[in-house]
Order: sequence, then C-alpha cells, then structure tokens
Amino acid sequence: MILIPPFIAFFVAAALVLLLRGWPRALLTILVPLVSLANLWGTPAGEYATVSLMQFELVFFSVDRLSLLFGYLFHVAAMIAVIYSLHVRDTLQQAASLLYAGSALGAVFAGDLLTLFIFWELLALTSVFLVWARRSAASYGAGLRYLIMHILSGLLLLVGIVIYSRTDPSLTLGPIGLESGAAGWLMFIAFGIKCAFPFFHSWLTDAYPESTPTGTVFLSAFTTKVAVYALARTFPGTELLVYIGAAMACFPIFYAVIENDLRRVLAYSLINQLGFMVVGIGIGTALAINGAVAHAFNDVIFKGLLFMSMGAVLHVTGKINGSELGGLYKTMPKTTVLCIIGAASISAFPLFSGFVSKSMVMSAALQNGYDWVWLILLFASAGVFHHAGIKIPYFAFFAHDSGIRAQEPPRNMLLAMTIAAALCLLVGIYPQALYQLLPYEVAYTPYDTTHVLTQLQLLFFSALAFVWLNLRRLYPPELPSVNLDVDWFYRRLFPSAGSRIGGGILRLDSRLRAAARSGASSLVDAVSSHHKPEGLLARNWLTGSMVAGVVLLLGFYLLLGFAL
Amino acid sequence: MKHKDNYLFDNPKNVQRLLRVFYFCCAVLVGLELVVHRHTEHAWEGLFGFYPLYGFVGCVVLVVVAKWMRVLLMRPEDYYQASTDDADKDNANQRAVDVEQGRAQP
Repeated sequence: MILIPPFIAFFVAAALVLLLRGWPRALLTILVPLVSLANLWGTPAGEYATVSLMQFELVFFSVDRLSLLFGYLFHVAAMIAVIYSLHVRDTLQQAASLLYAGSALGAVFAGDLLTLFIFWELLALTSVFLVWARRSAASYGAGLRYLIMHILSGLLLLVGIVIYSRTDPSLTLGPIGLESGAAGWLMFIAFGIKCAFPFFHSWLTDAYPESTPTGTVFLSAFTTKVAVYALARTFPGTELLVYIGAAMACFPIFYAVIENDLRRVLAYSLINQLGFMVVGIGIGTALAINGAVAHAFNDVIFKGLLFMSMGAVLHVTGKINGSELGGLYKTMPKTTVLCIIGAASISAFPLFSGFVSKSMVMSAALQNGYDWVWLILLFASAGVFHHAGIKIPYFAFFAHDSGIRAQEPPRNMLLAMTIAAALCLLVGIYPQALYQLLPYEVAYTPYDTTHVLTQLQLLFFSALAFVWLNLRRLYPPELPSVNLDVDWFYRRLFPSAGSRIGGGILRLDSRLRAAARSGASSLVDAVSSHHKPEGLLARNWLTGSMVAGVVLLLGFYLLLGFAL
Repeated sequence: MKHKDNYLFDNPKNVQRLLRVFYFCCAVLVGLELVVHRHTEHAWEGLFGFYPLYGFVGCVVLVVVAKWMRVLLMRPEDYYQASTDDADKDNANQRAVDVEQGRAQP
C-alpha cells in the first residue's frame, strides 16, 4: 500500500491518455481505477500528504470511514463508466473524465476546506468538457450555464472559507453548522448549488441530458455525491436540510412524469434520490447518516445503470425522446433486462439495492418525529417507482412499437451495465457487504416480514395506478415539448428583460441624441440667419447712422462722468 | 415489419396474461395483511390497507397534478432556441425602424 492521494494516479493517467492510442490507452484507463482501488482498500484512518502553504496546512489525503466509503464508491463508479466508454474515440472526453473522477476523489479525501475548494473548482472545470463533448449548439449553451452555476458555487465557498478562517484559522473540514453565521450560510448555499437544492437544481436537469451518452454516466456519479459528502461532513443534523430534502424528493417527480427526454427524466429522479440523502443528513442520527451514505452508494450504481441503459439506447438509435422510442425489447433484450434491474433497484424492490438503504432514512425520519416528512418520502418512493421504475423501461422498451429495430449496444457497454446490475443485486441480497463499510455501527435489518410486505404493497399498487391510468387512457402521453423550470428565469425572463431594458436604453439614447442634434441645428440656423445676406448683422450700414451711434455712446460716457 | 406477432407482447393474449398475474399479486399482497402480523412504528401504518391505498392514490394524484402542470408549463420543443432567435429578430427590427426614422446610423 502506497500512501498517496488517489487523485494523483488519475491525473497522471489523464496526462498519459494524451500520449497513448488504441489498446494501451484502454488498458491504462481500466487499470487506473482497479489498481488505485486495490491500493486504497483498508487504508488506516489518518491524515497523509500534508503540504504547508503560507500559514495554511493543506491535507490532501485525510482518511476515515466516511471518506473511505466515498473513495471506494468513486473508484467503482469510475471503473464502470470507463468500461462503458471504452468504444469512444475521443481524447478530450477520455482525458476529461479521468481528471473529473480524480477531482472527485481529491475532494472526498480533502482534510481541510482550502483543499476541498481546489477540487470543488476542478470538478466544475473538468466536468464541463464532458457536456461540451457532445459538440452541439444545445450542449454548448447548457455547458456554459452549468459552468457559471458551478463557478458561482465555488466563489460562495471561497468567500465562506475566508470569513470562516477568522474564527477557525486551521480550516479543518468538520462540522460547521449554520450557527456560525455568514460563513456557514455561504458554504451551505455553495454546497446546496452543487447538491441541486430546489431553485438551484436546474443546472443538473439542463446540462446532464445534453452530454454524450458516456459523459452523462460520469456526470451522474460524482458532482452531486461530492456535495452530499460535503454536507454530511459539515452540516450533519441541520434541521433545515430535512425540509429541503423533503422538497427535493417530492417536486422533481412531477416533472419526471411529463418530461419527454428520458435522460432528463433520470436527471429529475437523480434530484429525487438526492432528497432522501439530504433528509438523512438533516436528521443527523447514526442511522440517518448511515442511510444517507448507503443510499448515495447505491444511487451511484443504480442511477449509473439507468443512465447507461438510456445512453445505450441513444447510442444505437440516436433518439432519446419517449415519444420517438418504444418496442425496443424486441431486438435489445439484454439492455431491457439490465435497465429493469436498475429500475427495480431505484424503486427499492426487495432483493435490489435501493431497498436496503432508502428505508434506513425513512425509518430514521419516523423515529425522530418527522411524521409529515416520512409521508412525503413515502409518496416520493411511490412516485419514483412510477416515473423511473415504470416509465423509463416502459416507454423505451415497450409501449407502442416505434418500428426501430436497433441492435444491442457494443459489448463494453453491456459489460459495464452487467457489472452495475450485479452490484445492485449483490448489495440488495447481501446488504452486510455495504453495511460493514458505513461510518457508524449498523444495527438495522432491512429484511423483515413487515418491511418486505409493506414495500411490495406500496410498489404493486403504484404499478396498479399506472396500469389503470394507462388502460383508461388517462396517462399523459409522451409529447415532444419543453417544460418550464427554474432555468426559465435565466434562459428566458432575464435575457428578454435584459434585451427589453437594453433596447429601451438604446431608444432613449437615440431620442436624446436626436433632440440634442435638432437643438444644435436650430441654434446654428438662428445664428446663421443673422449673418446671411440681408441678415441683421450682415446688412450695409450708413456712415451717418454710425456717427450718430458714436455720438450717443460718447454722450452716455459724459453722463456717467457727471454722475460718478 | 416482417416479423409481426413474432415478439412476446405483440400477442394481446400475453399482455392479458401478464396483467392477470399482476392483479392476482396485488390481491394476494392485500390478503397477506390479514394473515401476517405487522409491527408498525406509526399509527397510520397500522390502518388496514394503508400502504396499498397510499401507493395507488399517491400515484393517481401525482399523474393528475402533473397533467395539470402541463397546461401551465409545457412549451414547444424549440422554445429556447426560438426565444434567442426572436430576441435577435426583435433587436434587428427595432434597429431597422430606428435607421428608417433617422435615429441611428445604418
């Protein structure tokens, strides 16, 4: 075991990717997460790789149970996503995705706030290239908006850190809480932006579906989970998070039901799953934090699996809108089955991974007296099955026959999906494998009769609602459309208001100029009218009248002379 | 397509069969509640049929509200592209008017 921060291996590999081509590059990108994970496995808790910078002590490799679990998770996610994207011949994407995975690892092993900030910014800078890698006008715009939001988050974090450093100059990464005033709030909002809190969430649903089929798999794994990790570190037990989390679990499912782009549906359901984690962090008991972290682990795998299956559909058909797909099970049975495993996992069916982690958070909510939050989470669980569990596989692979007879995706995609599906089942069937890695001791048994029965009842009757609505033709059909979300404010309202105001200023300016110009020209006219021939000042004067004038003037002087 | 009726769900009978199995499962799950003793943590949980009812009603409400949201929020697919074009067009038109009226340089 070599005690170096894992991000170094990923950054070096990203540099090597630029030099290598073909199978050596493929081998390198697979080996890096594998070897790095083997090296990381069982690293004893402690702080390594500290660097002194001015009066600050930067800790690049701070290991405890929480950071170690996220470290393992990100290695596994990177490995799956790398295998999934082996067929891609795009140096930009391959280098950016390794840098991105490395930045995420750097962030979770950061021991102090400054180091966290460095990787926080690197996450934004490296991931935006995965959005831009689609190389379309839409992805360019979405990438810019994504970058602006994340740079904003980084700025808030930096200002928060600067203020915080006056009370705690060591900048250790630990519980901060909102009681610490402005610093706490700034960091809270900074984490909130990356964690897709309501009203800050639309960068996610805007940018993720615009990325490449492979890029989205990377994106879905890292950024938001780093934010969950940061919140778990710095704001555990902050009650506000319970309500924010409940809102996050609830509102995206409505959007997911009417959204046509199936990867955007998954992006909404990603926020919904984050809601469960945020509630867990907000409750802050050992069970709740364990639940939040376990759910983060499972979510990366099953959400990755769902994004991979939809990426595969996009890859082979070139289409991703529910209105254009359907009937793909006929020629893509393997992808269909893998997608259904992901859907069952996110819906928390017994024996699948979501079942063993989601209920920890819900149990904790009940135990701590958050009855209404529990009801909302229960509604969200039913809703997630409805839109992610049924809608995604149904509209892509079943529903009406779109006539598309696409073949299965490349073998590396299927392999990556199979690994993810196997992990979903492994954790679902043998939850101890995950539980023993959790930050606190686990005394929770997911498999008892009541839990299995009630969960199955909830899910089957949600499905019954879907069947009933579909048979009665009440279910909203998939329509090619855009649904307005918070991004409307900065994509439509502000720009059009800006162009109105700008246009108004321009018009006012041109009116003022015109008025000034006409004023000046009338002045010139007036002056010149006196000077032109027959004008007052250009007339011929008689000598006699001039003399009379002089006499008058002299007479006036004389008067003055007598008077004074 | 040539392979009509070759695939599993092209035959309506298979869909019917699947649905019947599904309805049966639903019925069994509600029935089990009478047999199995459940230990509940919350008063509402203990009510008979709480979970099935909550799941069903919750999802119907979800879909109804979402359909209603569509009225408010749905826009054509090229909404955002059109918006920038429109803004450009608006500016261009305004400029043409300005030039015509001698308020701006052409």
